[in-house]
Amino acid sequence: MLADKDRIFKNLYGQHDWRLEAARARGAWDGTKALIERGHDAIIEEVKASGLRGRGGAGFPTGLKWSFMPTKSDGRPNYLVINADESEPGTCKDRDIMRHDPHLLVEGALLAAFAMRAHTSYIYIRGEFIREREILQSAIDEAYEDKLIGKNNVNGWDFELYLHHGAGAYICGEETALLESLEGKKGMPRLKPPFPANVGLYGAPTTVNNVESIAVVPDILRRGATWFASLGKPNNTGTKLFCISGHVNEPCTVEEEMGIELRELIDRHAGGVRGGWDNLYAVIPGGSSVPCLPASLCNDLTMDFDALRDLKTGLGTAAVIVMDKSTDIIRAIARLSYFYKHESCGQCTPCREGTGWMWRVLERMAKGQAEKGEIDMLLDVSYQVEGHTICALGDAAAWPVQGLIRHFRHVIEERIDAEATRPLAPSVPVAAE
Amino acid sequence: MPKLIIDNREIEVPAGITLIQACGLAGVEIPRFCYHERLSIAGNCRMCLVEVAGMPKPVASCAMGVSDLRPGRDGTPPTIITNSERVKKAREGVLEFLLVNHPLDCPICDQGGECDLQDQTMAYGFDAGRFQDNKRAVEDKYLGPLIDTFMNRCIHCTRCIRFMTEVAGVEELGAIGRGEDMEITTYLEHGMMSELSGNVVDLCPVGALTSKPYAFVARPWELTKTPSIDVMDALGSNIRVDARGREVLRILPRENDAINEEWISDKTRHVWDGLRLQRLDQPYVRRHGRLEPTSWGDALAIVAEGLRGLDGGKFAAIAGDLQAAEEMFALKCLAEQLGSPHIDCRQDGAKLDPALGRATYLFNATIKGIEQADAILIIGTNPRLEAAVLNARIRERWRQMQGRIPIGLIGEKADLTYAYDYLGAGPETLAKIAAGSHPFLERAAGAERPLVIIGQAALARPDGAGVLALAAKAAVALAAVKPGWNGFSVLHTAASRVAGLDLGLVPGEGGRDVDSILDGASNGEIEIVYLLGADEIEMERLGQAFVIYQGNHGDRGAHRADVILPGAAYTEKDALYVNTEGRPQMTARAVFPPGEAREDWKILRALSAKLGRPLPFDSTAELRAKMFEACPELALLDTIVPADAGAIERLAASGGKTGKDRFGTGIADFYLTNAIARSSPLMAALSALHAGAKAQATGTHG
Repeated sequence: MLADKDRIFKNLYGQHDWRLEAARARGAWDGTKALIERGHDAIIEEVKASGLRGRGGAGFPTGLKWSFMPTKSDGRPNYLVINADESEPGTCKDRDIMRHDPHLLVEGALLAAFAMRAHTSYIYIRGEFIREREILQSAIDEAYEDKLIGKNNVNGWDFELYLHHGAGAYICGEETALLESLEGKKGMPRLKPPFPANVGLYGAPTTVNNVESIAVVPDILRRGATWFASLGKPNNTGTKLFCISGHVNEPCTVEEEMGIELRELIDRHAGGVRGGWDNLYAVIPGGSSVPCLPASLCNDLTMDFDALRDLKTGLGTAAVIVMDKSTDIIRAIARLSYFYKHESCGQCTPCREGTGWMWRVLERMAKGQAEKGEIDMLLDVSYQVEGHTICALGDAAAWPVQGLIRHFRHVIEERIDAEATRPLAPSVPVAAE
Repeated sequence: MPKLIIDNREIEVPAGITLIQACGLAGVEIPRFCYHERLSIAGNCRMCLVEVAGMPKPVASCAMGVSDLRPGRDGTPPTIITNSERVKKAREGVLEFLLVNHPLDCPICDQGGECDLQDQTMAYGFDAGRFQDNKRAVEDKYLGPLIDTFMNRCIHCTRCIRFMTEVAGVEELGAIGRGEDMEITTYLEHGMMSELSGNVVDLCPVGALTSKPYAFVARPWELTKTPSIDVMDALGSNIRVDARGREVLRILPRENDAINEEWISDKTRHVWDGLRLQRLDQPYVRRHGRLEPTSWGDALAIVAEGLRGLDGGKFAAIAGDLQAAEEMFALKCLAEQLGSPHIDCRQDGAKLDPALGRATYLFNATIKGIEQADAILIIGTNPRLEAAVLNARIRERWRQMQGRIPIGLIGEKADLTYAYDYLGAGPETLAKIAAGSHPFLERAAGAERPLVIIGQAALARPDGAGVLALAAKAAVALAAVKPGWNGFSVLHTAASRVAGLDLGLVPGEGGRDVDSILDGASNGEIEIVYLLGADEIEMERLGQAFVIYQGNHGDRGAHRADVILPGAAYTEKDALYVNTEGRPQMTARAVFPPGEAREDWKILRALSAKLGRPLPFDSTAELRAKMFEACPELALLDTIVPADAGAIERLAASGGKTGKDRFGTGIADFYLTNAIARSSPLMAALSALHAGAKAQATGTHG
């Protein structure tokens, strides 16, 4: 279990004030100038050494990503864009950072932007986050006022930070769709290559990072990469915000060490599974878009990128959705399928047509009104969507379906059998005439 | 040049192209829906997925540049596989997805038989669909009188959106909604206000956007397809005339990179319904004030009788805007025989003179040359209306230069679909440029290939000759005329004009031009006027003259005529036209002229026989031989003989007087510029639609 002294987010639950003064008391903005004086490359090397992997879901090494940014400008500016469009069902970690510890993000933005030689950064915040936006904007204003950021600030790196409000579309969390939306266009993912590090926002080199990835940077730099790397498991280092929701007694967001056992996570922080561990039915370990796992695989499951990948699922955003035995798993996945159908941007064929198709079949399966052959067909359709789309939303729509069929095929079959053998409703006798 | 291995074949390809193009070079066909060479890359249909060795996912070949690929670790060139099981499966998947919500109504779909989706499903698709639920239903949209929509069939390739936004420059089409609820529509469903809107019908790979006038008329395999040339403007756009029996049923563009790429204007495309209405299908003679049908023999005898013994100076001939070179040559021969110097092909009175040299009336820079222009001065023309396809080329150049190309306009302000500096309204501004004292010269200072476009509105006025000289001077001042580049470009609006000037259909020694012929006719000095398809003159000024109208439509000329000799329209004859660049091209006969109507040169030949002095040719071949002798530039089909640029410098030096009047409009109504268009109900509807839109724009509708 993570010791209190190793926590990065000390005000995750909003018990303390989020304002600058309080944040300073918790250690934010401490020696930022000295950190910057280490130089661009030293910071990138430090982040690389810490083993920090992107917290937005894909788990790409953050330091490596930063090193793709051009070190010499060809006339175009570098941009840092921070993805605060947290819309993945089950995930509410960035939201807590922004409303309770916004200064970690603002400071992280300065440091990350400095490392990547960017003087301008945009935070793209989800449309529904009204309060969070107000608080974050106030925090940014405070930082400007105290000359922590802005032109000629005390930290010695000119830095403008803008907060941009999205309109509440899931797809705008995809980095290139986010850039399109930020540019004022329709939020539709771009074709890659070119990657944002070459051609990103307004055609300039851009790195898009998750809020959590940025917010942990100041602490990594202050306490050192070795401290961060000493937490967790090799290749899965550091602390992570886990969002536990669903059939647990106390749903919560909690900062924990990477690689913590799922059972410990749920029992210690979320008050255990409703009705006890044995009542566990299934878990979606990383937000709605990763395949679910049945209870049988959860007993000594550790929560990190590699262990979950080995089980053909993923850590994703570390949003653990717990389902107990009262769950209708087919209906649950059908609901997720509806979400992806609704949020597909409609740009490319497999996702536009495939998400609707999968949802419709699942809706019927939830009622048992399907053929058994359709299970394999559905699986095949999901493979036709996966990997054939412009962005990862197609994959995200396909994986829950694949997880369902991989682990709960028998449930679907039973449902179909039950529907087939259901006695017809007794016919109402009609008087002979 | 990067090397690739495509399906086990090593090939070298030019750098900077995409995989789909590389595969095309290697002779491997990649199916596609959204990809189009002349539009931006969308990469959304996913039909063109191919496998690239070393990449975990199949890649969209339309969006992946060959330069983005890295050779393998052992130095083998990037390897592309297009025939693997995985690619096959991916294509089947995409097609199945497209058909999930595509109605299988091919038997009642106009696209049937020429549908990309139909063809590719046959070639790459599954044998049966597995989707069992209800298909999406989408409301059809109103896009004006040209485009019929069946939005259930839309596969969201967005070609139409990209075309309207990028090429046409009218951001009218867009997609609303998201996911499978995405719909293509215009804002509040108004009709499309672009002169190029019909092209989206060609671009639509399915039957979602079809041609409204052609709806349910024919199947593609019933049509005889004849490659031909358009005469609605002076570009000579390459078209294909589709006919069944004696009727032209539709007109489609043909690809010609040098002229129209693969676009045509709405007028070019939809004028065909005018080809069968108001036709002159037999000779007429005016008796007792009424036009009465008669026979060829009778009509020609009446004309011959009038001409016999007439003093040549009392005969005048005017050639119209749609006439081919052959009949103009025959007309000129006839006028010469009659001893008349009064002949003109410049109905609008443009002060162009072949005596000044061929370079002074050609679009010397050539249409393709626009792609190299790095500064453009537009004088007295609205290219969007006068040559819509050429305007798209200017816009393309403007986009290529990301708007950093100086474009100046002198004349009437108009929305040209690209940004320009409005320099002034008339000759005075032009004079400043010619004198080197205008700030536009500074903006265009570094330009290597300046383009000066002169329109008919600047030339068809009393001081037109002066304006032409001034424009030449401006071109010289802009350094638009130099070895290897001649940017002095006259934009014509009449398809016949360049050939007419080449053949010398201008007043001879002591001859009268159109204006003077009309004066002569009204005061009796001209007794017989021969109108060869000339409808755009002021008929009331013909006075008491005896008027012979030879043409194909019962329009202004025919109403005034004393004798009507019915001729053939451009789809009904093999004829030579020279476009504004000076490029000779041939039309081909798609259908026969209606009724008694005959090819025009034959009518003139028959008339000369009736006069007892037959013109010296008995066949098209003989006529052309004589014509090419007189004017060798016309002999090389589809070839531009560069004109001597010295003529422009001489013209620039000549100087001339100019007035102070503003340059007017070259075309008052884009949809009603000639007799065929005026006979078309569709063109009338479009004209009304645009007039209505203008009225609304000025707020008269509240």
